[in-house]
Amino acid sequence: MKPVPKRPWVGAASLLLGGAATLPVLLSLLLLGVLAVDAVPAVRVMGWHLVTDSTWDLGNLYGATTHVRGVPVPTGAHYGALPFLVGTLWSSALAMLVAVPVATRAAILTAYGLRGRWQRMAAVLIDLIAGLPSVVIGLWGLLVLVPFIQNTAAPVLTRLGRWIPWLDGPVTSGMGLLAATLVLALMVTPVITSTLRELLAQVPAEIREAGFAAGLTSWEVVRLVCLPAVRSGRVGAVALGWGRAIGETMAVLMVGGNAANVLPTTLFSPISTVAASVAEQLDAALTDPTGMALHALSALALVLMVISVGTSTLSRLLVRRSAQFRHAAQSPEDEEVSPWTSRASA
Amino acid sequence: MDFPRLRLMRRLRDPLGWGISVLSTVLVLAALASIIGNILLRGLASFRLSVFWTVTHGVAGGLENAILGTLWLALWSTLLSAVPGVAAGLYCAWLAPPRWAGAIRFACEVLSGVPSIVIGYVGYTVLVLGFGWGFCTLAGAIALAAIQLPYITRATDAGLAQLGTDVRDGALAAGLTPGQTVLRVGLRAAAPAVLSGTLLAAAIAVGETAPLLFTAGWSPLVPDGSLLHHPVGYLTYVAWSYIEQPYPAAHALAYNAALLLLVLVLVLQVAARGLARRGLR
Repeated sequence: MKPVPKRPWVGAASLLLGGAATLPVLLSLLLLGVLAVDAVPAVRVMGWHLVTDSTWDLGNLYGATTHVRGVPVPTGAHYGALPFLVGTLWSSALAMLVAVPVATRAAILTAYGLRGRWQRMAAVLIDLIAGLPSVVIGLWGLLVLVPFIQNTAAPVLTRLGRWIPWLDGPVTSGMGLLAATLVLALMVTPVITSTLRELLAQVPAEIREAGFAAGLTSWEVVRLVCLPAVRSGRVGAVALGWGRAIGETMAVLMVGGNAANVLPTTLFSPISTVAASVAEQLDAALTDPTGMALHALSALALVLMVISVGTSTLSRLLVRRSAQFRHAAQSPEDEEVSPWTSRASA
Repeated sequence: MDFPRLRLMRRLRDPLGWGISVLSTVLVLAALASIIGNILLRGLASFRLSVFWTVTHGVAGGLENAILGTLWLALWSTLLSAVPGVAAGLYCAWLAPPRWAGAIRFACEVLSGVPSIVIGYVGYTVLVLGFGWGFCTLAGAIALAAIQLPYITRATDAGLAQLGTDVRDGALAAGLTPGQTVLRVGLRAAAPAVLSGTLLAAAIAVGETAPLLFTAGWSPLVPDGSLLHHPVGYLTYVAWSYIEQPYPAAHALAYNAALLLLVLVLVLQVAARGLARRGLR
């Protein structure tokens, strides 16, 4: 496609707008570059221990400095981020375990089960959750979820702890892995639901009708025809939600219980995540005269960025591939709902 | 041949499948209702009109500084992101060779996948420390703008894509210059989509906390209009940090801040959706 016929004007306009358009590219590279350069001293000091050790200690910030491999470091400083990585992994993975089935069902219902005003309303309300500020959700977690876990859920679950070790106490405050998991699950649900709903809505009416013609019930059409048709998009939607859960900071900071230097052992253990620990530790890191604490946080931020950008980029590719396949198969007439589809899914 | 048990199972699975779907949806909507209900109840129970004209002092006082700070930050960040965002969207949809457009869209997706705390952290090392700006409005606004930019670009891009390139070619064929085509035809037709994307981006700016903690800092003073070297307060900070204080007055402030945030974000979202729907007609 030749974009616009050549005129002297086009060059200028194209250059100006094109310059603005490189901004996202430049910003992404800048973020990655700054973190990578800034993380080098911490990686030189710690090596692989940065991600395999469980002790995160900024050292004596007002005392002498020692030199490790030629780099000045506060005495006693040790940067082992394993608990943060484990906390991130567990909280986000468990959140997906809770959110995926619920979000998938909600997407199925809003795509096929509801019509007209009801469909629009349910879709808008679920999308609204994605727009809520994370501190508001965190505050709700503290006010509603944490007391619920402490007073209602934990006494029941810990009774099973005798047989299932990861359900055992102590419960302390109700803040911890379970609270973080549920808050994250709520935050990623609208992301998965709206992505999946759009994909499901694009499944061509013909193949759904073929399902009905073959004698399938309406639920069987969903399960055996529609969901397989958007398979790679589903994986993408889940990865998109997962990337969100990994990067979420404030809500986890508020309800996670701020663990340091311990790995979570039960559902009620206090945890911290990579994102939450960056927010939590920056204040203290500022007072490090050698600046090593900041380099260590840069390394954490770099790890976080690589993981979450990796999952979300992968997910977008999968969603787009699935969506393109659908577009290719779909002709404009499909927009009109045929009597078959509307009867079967009403 | 007839398989009565199989038929029964199939018949039972149908209402079961849809039933669980309804329950899941109700569960999600109930969580939303619980959030809005609880924040409204707690916020309104402790609400005094004087929070609008009193500044925060210690763990009590009002929210004047935070309200004005949030608006001040959101104004600057939206200005900073809307201009290049709309330009990038226009370029992507109508001017760029397809391969370039693809690369820019990809970069937008990468950028929107970066956790906000990472953007805040880099803002801190580059703007606050590197440039020596200290905690200030501009550093906070730039961090927020980096988060908003991909949303506005995508909204503009999608708004123009809906129009299709036929409109562009038609306008050119009618004798408009490319500049007129982009500005008069494209931008005007995409205006509802652009505005709704900008409002959604403003709602994001109002609700963010993590990127501001170490770029905007915190201040109990009303923003004085300066962009550099002076920290600025914002509502999300109050909602986050005052709930951890052991005083009822501090909790009341946190609830009030959350209430104001909720109202502000909902108004912006509803306005954005209204505009987007008008644009579709």
